[in-house]
Amino acid sequence: MDIKETEDRIVREFELLQDWQERYKYIIKLGTKLDPLPEDDKIDENLVKGCQSQVWLTAKMEDGKVIFNADSDAAITKGLVSLMIRFYSGRTPDVIINTKPEFIDKIGMASHLSPTRANGLASMIKQMKIYAMAFKSSETLS
Amino acid sequence: MQETLKTDTKTNIDWDNIRSQFPVLRQEVNGQPLVYLDNGASSQIPQRVIDRINAYHLNEHANVHRGIHTLSQKATDAFELTRKRVQAFINARHEEEIIYTTGTTDSINLVAQSYGRKHFKENDEILISAMEHHANIVPWQLIAEQTGAILKVIPMNDDGELLMDKYHGLLSEKTKMVAVVHVSNTLGTINPVEEIIAAAHSRGIPVLVDGAQAVPHMKVDMQRLDADFYAFSAHKMCGPTGFGILFGKRELLNDMPPYRGGGDMIDKVTFEKTTWNDLPHKFEAGTPPISAGVGFAETISFLKDIGMENIAAREQELLEYATGKLNAIDGLRIVGTSENKASVISFLLKDIHPTDAGTILDQKGIAVRTGHHCTQPIMDRFEIPGTARASISFYNTKEDIDRLADGIKYVQEFF
Repeated sequence: MDIKETEDRIVREFELLQDWQERYKYIIKLGTKLDPLPEDDKIDENLVKGCQSQVWLTAKMEDGKVIFNADSDAAITKGLVSLMIRFYSGRTPDVIINTKPEFIDKIGMASHLSPTRANGLASMIKQMKIYAMAFKSSETLS
Repeated sequence: MQETLKTDTKTNIDWDNIRSQFPVLRQEVNGQPLVYLDNGASSQIPQRVIDRINAYHLNEHANVHRGIHTLSQKATDAFELTRKRVQAFINARHEEEIIYTTGTTDSINLVAQSYGRKHFKENDEILISAMEHHANIVPWQLIAEQTGAILKVIPMNDDGELLMDKYHGLLSEKTKMVAVVHVSNTLGTINPVEEIIAAAHSRGIPVLVDGAQAVPHMKVDMQRLDADFYAFSAHKMCGPTGFGILFGKRELLNDMPPYRGGGDMIDKVTFEKTTWNDLPHKFEAGTPPISAGVGFAETISFLKDIGMENIAAREQELLEYATGKLNAIDGLRIVGTSENKASVISFLLKDIHPTDAGTILDQKGIAVRTGHHCTQPIMDRFEIPGTARASISFYNTKEDIDRLADGIKYVQEFF
């Protein structure tokens, strides 16, 4: 499934939800289904700056695609993290760098995107793009 | 001359009427009437202060202190009236002991840099407490790095109270400054600053008090307290942002070098040498936040009209009510349980992260703060990631507290 199809599917899933309560409950549920991050990866170097809750993010390159893993100690943040992973993980660096997560607005979570918002969703997206750029430049060099 | 203001104590105050003077409170957030319980971060501004600031912009604005023309004189008079009102409000001995700053943080940085650069040397000790806001930690760390001085910390107990015997033991001939918070922004603890000051003074050590969370909630008297430096912010006491006060004893301020250079703080400038203006202007370089300063004079009249004793009594009543309500909720733990508290309640919900709780409360129209509240060492001390914090003002109501308690129960059901 390409990134656009993934985005459309996320938006459709949220369209079925009636109100903010259902949307947040769904986000929390998505968080609980996130693949667990190894405890060894929950280190300060992997913390995303700018989050009031702790968010650990790791990235690796496999067959030209960036694989993200993440976890958070807060339930809503973890749900948002899981959405971002579903959106960006397994994509090429170019796709990650060039695609904005427009679905955030469409699912009614735009207020979480503010760069100063304490849950740090904006910081998380920035960090994912930085990883993608780093992988891209190391690919170009090798 | 000290301006005389109306007496402080009144009975039968119409708190609903007072609340109605805060326009921002009359709104819905996420479809629900706003419950504003983030007063510790910034309080709201009453209509008459907004009107005063508007009137200043409409009729009186010019730069202060320098103009020969009438408008500049009007602006200067309005701006300087604030100094007189602040002096009376905190009972400072002299008008020039009131220094305008941009806020508590700026005030503390001024003292750390100006007093510290002159007086601190290698291995001198600066004594702070375990419950300081970052604004009363980092400025001292910076000057410590520059001078080779060392930071020492007064520990606290599990209720969030300073261990006073440890404090007395930490004072020594090496101690060159004691800098403590009057009221903790995170725990609500009202510290025994009079005892702290008296003990330091018995050894000739000056004391700076961070009063950002104290002045809005109680009567604070500089002559009774005898603090050498006392810092607070306008915006935490129903005043405008960007304006604050440093009180400093005249003899200490006179002896201190300027903190920042620029206009207004000079006497005579040549390229070879500059001589400084007298107090208070020596520490007020550049064009100040004039409209905020003018508005703050109105804030002080507003608070004086209600009476600080009445405000303190009202907030204690609301604190007691809220503490009872929140303690009755299963799985809720209050962090900061001193006997002597201001109207701040930090709390944790079992298995629910504070940011999650804050997000859902916001959906219910309830504004609380979550996180470390710029006091990371407190979080480390209690081994917690952060708290949710409800900070109550005199314009809050018991209904606000009920909404908070119901909101918290809703959060618990949600997760």
